[in-house]
Amino acid sequence: MKDRFDEFGGKFVPEPIIPALEELEKEYTEIKNSTEFQEQFREILEEYAGRPTPLTYSEKLSQKFGCKIYLKREDLLHGGAHKLNNTLGQALLAKHMEKEKIIAETGAGQHGVATSMAGAKMELETEIFMGKKDLERQKLNAYRMRLLGAKLNPVTTGEAKLKDAVNEALRAWVKELENTHYLIGSVVGPSPFPEIVRDFQSVIGKETKKQIQQKENSLPDRIIACVGGGSNAIGIFHEFVDKDVKLTGIEAEGSASITNGSKGTLHGSMSKLLQTEEGQIKETESIAAGLDYPGIGPEHSMYNQKERINYKTANDEEALEAFKLLSKAEGIIPALESSHALAQLPKIQNDLSPDDIVIINLSGRGDKDVREVSNLE
Amino acid sequence: MNEISQAFKNNAFIPFIVAADPNYQKSLETAKALIDAGADVLEIGIPYTDPAADGPTIQKAYSRALKNGFEVKQIFKLVKEIKKYKDIPIVVLTYYNIVYNQGIDTFYEKAKESKINGVIIADMPIEESDEVLTQSKQKDIHQIFLVSPNSTKERIKKIEKKSEGFIYTITRLGVTGKKEKFLENTRKTIQKVKSTTDLPIAAGFGISKPKHAEKAIKAGADGVIVGSAIVEKIQKNHSLEQIKNYVEEMKKAINKI
Ligand SMILES: Cc1ncc(COP(=O)(O)O)c(C=O)c1O
Repeated sequence: MKDRFDEFGGKFVPEPIIPALEELEKEYTEIKNSTEFQEQFREILEEYAGRPTPLTYSEKLSQKFGCKIYLKREDLLHGGAHKLNNTLGQALLAKHMEKEKIIAETGAGQHGVATSMAGAKMELETEIFMGKKDLERQKLNAYRMRLLGAKLNPVTTGEAKLKDAVNEALRAWVKELENTHYLIGSVVGPSPFPEIVRDFQSVIGKETKKQIQQKENSLPDRIIACVGGGSNAIGIFHEFVDKDVKLTGIEAEGSASITNGSKGTLHGSMSKLLQTEEGQIKETESIAAGLDYPGIGPEHSMYNQKERINYKTANDEEALEAFKLLSKAEGIIPALESSHALAQLPKIQNDLSPDDIVIINLSGRGDKDVREVSNLE
Repeated sequence: MNEISQAFKNNAFIPFIVAADPNYQKSLETAKALIDAGADVLEIGIPYTDPAADGPTIQKAYSRALKNGFEVKQIFKLVKEIKKYKDIPIVVLTYYNIVYNQGIDTFYEKAKESKINGVIIADMPIEESDEVLTQSKQKDIHQIFLVSPNSTKERIKKIEKKSEGFIYTITRLGVTGKKEKFLENTRKTIQKVKSTTDLPIAAGFGISKPKHAEKAIKAGADGVIVGSAIVEKIQKNHSLEQIKNYVEEMKKAINKI
């Protein structure tokens, strides 16, 4: 495995973590191409998680924006978001490594829930770190994690949000490297995590390609996905990066690492991040807890540099508008994170022609957000 | 020539403080008190928002300093002022992103100018160190690496090759912080490193009591680094006298060996 995406990536971690990363790399390389592992992974994705997820044609959005719009329905995956693809893959990997325990950070709570599900299903002791601020805005997910048997650790350091939960998970991991796997939730962190998570999430793009070819006998013109750490986006983009398809990642305006950030290291990798001129990490602010993160996966920084993927932003208001639009138009309540991707549609409306095929990655469902949105009214 | 290793001749006591904790002036006074009490090397941490290798005590100290408006230029000023008081070896502990954002060459240039003897980058393993080593060598500053209880002998050898000054031996898995007990494991780790290198070994992470320090030296360490125990005293507003007494007690424990 290469540990760089051009000049991004790497392993900027304290020494005690190095042996664990080396073990992970060795074990993952070993099973990655084994048919037995791939078969196990496929089976659990189908029988337990509910793959494949549909690619839904949205008649209303298509009419409204004057093109053909499809939604990749990761909201219908068990747990309500794309996160389970990664957690099931990594939990299988943890089993293969004979670990007894998994730990994870979570922002919106979706990754925490998906990790708790994988932990329950595969009988792995599960411990989740979640910022206190996020706990307050995602109470329902906090309860779900406990219900699923996970131990939930509120994080009060720093800003008490996703970034700080990653710090605490890393600190906790060092104390029990021997029997614990750190199940990171996005395409971030030290190598080999960004590559492992991308591989497990790339099932989204593979399915999408098959489905759109069946429905339209063609590749899409554009794919749009929201970007926090970047896992759902890389998951759907990866199959298309060498194809003639416009790829757009949408960051939350208050935490837009690519759009407003600069190069530096955070959580073990070199990437773009929101920081002061002195390299102190900045506070972020987004209505979508899952996007509220000052960094981004190193592979995204590379594709940005290569100008292969375009990165744009949406603000809280635009996301809320899209949240409401899809709910009314299609009877689908999108996650606030995914609503950022939808919010790109009105902005590109003038560039679209009726034959254009646009796919939005609907990374999750919005039930978790209903409370917060209703509080705003 | 840079001579940190001289400080280890008679077992080194290395207290750690955070620059500008709780403010610039106080940290300067603490440093002077530590020197008066007999510190052989001084280790100073550069405040950072996301210190992944540090436990709660040091995290809090970093936050205090940042809240009070710490800027990186203060570390260079602080070291210069301490050196004016007494020229003992000073190493700074930082994280990669701080050095990177200064510009690696600029950081080492300024470090040289303020006579910093060594730099430890807590989240920079040898794999990521090429650019830094080019600069540190050019500026004659010792780049100090850490080894950990789970490092293999093979890896310790590789780290040893890149290290100068001393080797920072993490004595237990985990982050920095005070620990009540000195573990058997710690002894083994120190011995493993000792058998691999001729450089002095400084043991750190979890050393807070004279007994811990004594045991670390008996196991083969050439010095002990004490961080959280001292930072905690600063947080609790202990007087400089109290801090001095503590250092003297620790010194006694390691010098009698
Ligand atoms: C529904 C949903 N979409 C997107 C994200 C953002 O993560 P990523 O960029 O890794 O897909 C999250 C994170 O919690 C999420 O819950």
